[in-house]
Amino acid sequence: MTAAMAPTAPSHRGPRRRSRGLRAGQAGSGWLFVSPVLIILGLFLLIPVLMAAWVSVSDWSGRGSPFSGNVHFVGAANYGQVLWAGGLSESDFGTALKNNLWYVILVVPLQTIVALALAMMVNRRLLRGRGFFRTAYYFPSVTSSVAITVLWLFLFSTTGAVNAVISYFGVKGPNWFNEPAGIFHFGATSGPAVLTSHSLLGVSWWDWIGGPSVAMTAFVILAIFTTGGTFMLLFLAALQNLSHDVDEAAMMDGATARQRFFRVTLPQLRPTLFTVITLGLIGCWQVFDQIYTGTHGNPSKTTLTPAYLSYTAAFNNQQWGQGAAIAFILFVIIIIFTIIQRYVLAEKRVSRRRMGWITRAERQADANGTASPIAAQSSHGENP
Amino acid sequence: MKFRRTGAALAAVGLAAALTACGSGFNSGGATQDNKKPLSILIGSSGDAETAAVKSAVAEWSKSSGIKATVTVASDLNQQLAQGFSSGKPADVFYLSTDALAGYAANGSLYSYGDKLSNKSDFYPNLVKSFTYKNKLVCAPKDFSTLQLIINTDLWSKAGLTDSDIPTTWDELSAVAKKLTTGSQTGLVVGGEYARVGAFMTEAGGNLMNADSTKATADSDANLKALEYVKQNLTAGDFKFAADVGAGWGGEAFGKQLGAMTIEGNWITGSQSADYPSVNYKVVPLPKGPAGAGTLQFTNCWGIAADSANKSGALSLVEKLTTKADQLGFAKAFGVMPSIRSAAADWKKEFPKLSAFLDAAAYAQNTPSAKGAADVVSDFNSQVAKLASGDPKTILSSTQANLSALLAK
Repeated sequence: MTAAMAPTAPSHRGPRRRSRGLRAGQAGSGWLFVSPVLIILGLFLLIPVLMAAWVSVSDWSGRGSPFSGNVHFVGAANYGQVLWAGGLSESDFGTALKNNLWYVILVVPLQTIVALALAMMVNRRLLRGRGFFRTAYYFPSVTSSVAITVLWLFLFSTTGAVNAVISYFGVKGPNWFNEPAGIFHFGATSGPAVLTSHSLLGVSWWDWIGGPSVAMTAFVILAIFTTGGTFMLLFLAALQNLSHDVDEAAMMDGATARQRFFRVTLPQLRPTLFTVITLGLIGCWQVFDQIYTGTHGNPSKTTLTPAYLSYTAAFNNQQWGQGAAIAFILFVIIIIFTIIQRYVLAEKRVSRRRMGWITRAERQADANGTASPIAAQSSHGENP
Repeated sequence: MKFRRTGAALAAVGLAAALTACGSGFNSGGATQDNKKPLSILIGSSGDAETAAVKSAVAEWSKSSGIKATVTVASDLNQQLAQGFSSGKPADVFYLSTDALAGYAANGSLYSYGDKLSNKSDFYPNLVKSFTYKNKLVCAPKDFSTLQLIINTDLWSKAGLTDSDIPTTWDELSAVAKKLTTGSQTGLVVGGEYARVGAFMTEAGGNLMNADSTKATADSDANLKALEYVKQNLTAGDFKFAADVGAGWGGEAFGKQLGAMTIEGNWITGSQSADYPSVNYKVVPLPKGPAGAGTLQFTNCWGIAADSANKSGALSLVEKLTTKADQLGFAKAFGVMPSIRSAAADWKKEFPKLSAFLDAAAYAQNTPSAKGAADVVSDFNSQVAKLASGDPKTILSSTQANLSALLAK
């Protein structure tokens, strides 16, 4: 717990433990100084989380205190309803999970790439009106998500601007927010028996692989549009921190623009990349505002997300335990994804094959008496 | 070390104190009654007209009773009600929908006052059924609405149809829908959900559940017949769901003349006169199905919280709000129908063109109100939206399984 780690009192170990010197009151003051934060965090974060944890294993019906005598411990029953009971709650949760998984799979990489591309663009010294572009790209991020969602509903309506533009190319645009068909089903309405007869969490394999619905795809575009600017700012800050000398050195060594980006700039951005992907993952798994204001999970539950499902379970159906259970499952999912991501992005030792390649190049360079371009690059990114 | 330990102990004590503090905040039990205590009323309003009408009716009562009362418009009624009940300080009087009733009645949030109502026998029996929980009327029906067939009279005569062509059977409905389908205009555009398509089920003699929601009847032959009929017409292109023509609901499609007919309730009059005043229309009874006339009805009631500190005041307010005079006032202000039989004649006199809606009170059926039914209905809706390519039998059997699971709990 934070309480145990917070004070930085000097350790009184061994024989000096009982002495009361000049610093006797220090720890006490330390506690005093951190107490406002501890109280605020405890009251508004820790206690609600603990209460929710209790609700998720109780049969609280939403009336009166969850700690009152007539609320009982029900073990994993609420989790079971959602994960293995086989009823409507399970298939709803499976559907929500499927929708959100596809959302994450599409949004996280795309928004990272878009943000990085935008940052590279507005970071160029030669670009005119850099300030304007930086503001313009950041603008969607500071606008409220509710306003943007409403804008999106207009843009993507059947007779909206997006379909009007598409029709210039002779294509009849889809009925975006009312189209439940999965985009990877490519118009097929039923799948092979192998896929339709097996299911996971009450959702058939065929539906799992169907990808996001057309409606969800519109939300994917929305997410990239709004968060691209925020993450552009992070990348931009990181890019401006990079020393130009390194880039110049690579240029002198004859590295092409492409090589410089992938082998010099990108490896140096690794910490920022980690931040952006982590924030992206968390944000994407918790998508709620757009669904709440836009589609309420329609069409045909294809925009249902676990966060929205948790809300409706609790507030509309008085299934408070289930709502809390979904929230905790979501929490676990986010943790798992972050751990995987941390492992993938961790700085690893250079593989033996690659190291051999580098030393050979260096040896050759020594023999020739010139600096090897490969050695110059690798010394920045890949050394442990 | 010592300080650390005290620190941890302090934190633990603080935590425990905070938790108990929360606990005491939650505790409510039986609030002490005080029949002069001010009342708070929470409503989910359809617009300014409704808010103003409720406010003035409540103000009138305040004046005569001497009890202060404030009306609050909820931005999200379900959420605000839930917050009130869990904190032990709910609004005293509030709108309550049929699908939320069972949940709140089961956890004891509601004051079941039906038997104390002086005008109990005046309410339509079908409405009383939808607010009955464990054989007791929990709350007084506020008002109600039914579904009927709405016809665009201009498009009707343009297609060469006359009053004698007004459909009275399913076959006739299909025939006129076919005639009215031209270009971008579809014969019948209806919301692709239980709350519209369900009307066909009742005409065939079925429904998702029985009248008091104690039995699941989703997989009946009647329901199958109804869905097959709708599917057949969807495939033919003479019926379309509102979402498929890019409209939010049937009324929008009707106003934009994307559909020449629609199935909606009496609320459509308000939106048509506000948004599409140039569209001429008329309301006729839905055609009879294999089992005769049928339609669905929708209603809310005036809930009173079990935790209210002035239940007697709340009850007298509700009795006042359900009187003939007040209900007719609400009807004029925002187009609902009175929930009491004694107001029917006056209502019909006031709105002769809409009488088909009120006539349906005799045969209209309730939507499922078992605890958790809202979830099953939304699952049903998600499948019905794809009815054109779906299998009616599968839809109904999965809904049957889901409804039965609710009742088994």
